[in-house]
Amino acid sequence: MSALLETRALTAYYGDFQALFGIDAEVCEGERVALIGANGAGKSTFLRAIAGLGRSAPDAILFDGTAIGAKAPPEIAALGIALVPEGRRLFASLSVEENLSTGTFNGRKGPWTIDRVYELFPVLGEKRRASPSALSGGQQQMVAIGRALMANPRLLMCDEVSLGLAPAVVKDVYAALRRACDADGVSVVIVEQDIDLACEMSQRAYCFTHGSVSLSGESAALTRDAISAAYFGV
Amino acid sequence: MNWVDTIVQGTLLGGLYALFAMGLAVIYGVMRQINIAHGDFIVLGAYMSLGLIAATGLHPFLVIPLGAAVFALFGYALQRGLLNRTLGGGILAPLVVTYGLAIVVENVLQQTQSADARSIKLPGLDTASLPLGGGLAVGVFPLIMFVVAAAVAILLEIVFNRTRLGVAFRAVSDDREIASIVGVRDQRLFGYASAISFAVIAVASVFMGIKFTFTPSLGPNFLLYAFEAIVIGGMGSFYGTLAGGVILGIAQAIGFALNPGWGILAGHLVFLAVLLVRPTGLFARTA
Repeated sequence: MSALLETRALTAYYGDFQALFGIDAEVCEGERVALIGANGAGKSTFLRAIAGLGRSAPDAILFDGTAIGAKAPPEIAALGIALVPEGRRLFASLSVEENLSTGTFNGRKGPWTIDRVYELFPVLGEKRRASPSALSGGQQQMVAIGRALMANPRLLMCDEVSLGLAPAVVKDVYAALRRACDADGVSVVIVEQDIDLACEMSQRAYCFTHGSVSLSGESAALTRDAISAAYFGV
Repeated sequence: MNWVDTIVQGTLLGGLYALFAMGLAVIYGVMRQINIAHGDFIVLGAYMSLGLIAATGLHPFLVIPLGAAVFALFGYALQRGLLNRTLGGGILAPLVVTYGLAIVVENVLQQTQSADARSIKLPGLDTASLPLGGGLAVGVFPLIMFVVAAAVAILLEIVFNRTRLGVAFRAVSDDREIASIVGVRDQRLFGYASAISFAVIAVASVFMGIKFTFTPSLGPNFLLYAFEAIVIGGMGSFYGTLAGGVILGIAQAIGFALNPGWGILAGHLVFLAVLLVRPTGLFARTA
């Protein structure tokens, strides 16, 4: 399999503070990759850098062989990279349906339509006219995922989808996400606090510690001991 | 004082204030930018319309669409070329730059047009009126002015609430960063918002030029009326802005009816009262 996304010695800053110290990582076509690691390890900063929200060296990020490190966020979105941001970040003055429709602003054609999102998350269809503030946390997360899917991404990046959700809801949301991405061969990067869930959802995993990769490998082959050793940098 | 007459006249005058305000509300609503030169561009538009009418003999109402098109292009270019560069670095830069523009526009007009008061003539309609019965009559021109203001409010509501462009405007206003990662090109979008704002300025400027006699130094007054209408009405709805303009117009009309010196003051007092009692405005949709 060839790499769809590849980072080479990617560095990034969180404000004035250096958050990433040379990350080499890759995500193959159709692959699901998990990023795990303690708070502040640089996982979110990594996703933000790929989405174009950081200032990166032009060739530190390659997408489908093209250097995208210096591109602006809308250009990256147009190439088919979508982010489900930490904390959902829905547009507060837009209805559920309008929020979903913003996913199409990148102009990519593909299999995703509003109706298909409603098929995936039927509850959103019932609330299409509602304001996001009237939704439960799980439903808001569905809107955030739906918005990203509407972009017809080749690479979907999910930042702490489980944050603040009930365990049963987390399971449903991840199951739906997996169905959605497997159907179209979309590559997925998952940032997740729950290590078991992250390993179950992914084929490979990277463990971030203090802005560097401390462990990587097949998710199924990673032992708990190896992960906790990597987690705490001992 | 005839109350009904005063309120009707004030309502119609409020249409003009709403036209002043809606252009400002578009820019503030989308990019949280305040254009201090807003009133001066209204005055500039009136002088340009006057010149165009003198040169071509066109009817003032035919100048409106022409002026709106020219001003829309100008607004787009100004935003992309200058005002976008002031964004993202706090509130001060856009204020200072547009304040500078206000000074430039006013002084260029003083220099080229002199400080004499001017006015746009409206052949035939200046004095025409419609009798409403009971001794009441409304001027045809103020009525047209109000209808146009209401039409602009409806049009802007449709653009903002029923179109993809409107979804993008509101998305950028809510969260500029996330809007950029879903693919909204905000610099270009701000250009469109400015184009709409300047088109409304052009419409407002012709009606202002017919309704008032104007001089190059009136810009700050119009900016103030625009602000007051927005604050009274509340952000987030152009119907609220229209209502804010009408309330301001009625307050001024009642003030003028009581004493010719109290008109403008009465408007300011109502504005201050709203600011004290409901700082978010009477019809605010968003905080």
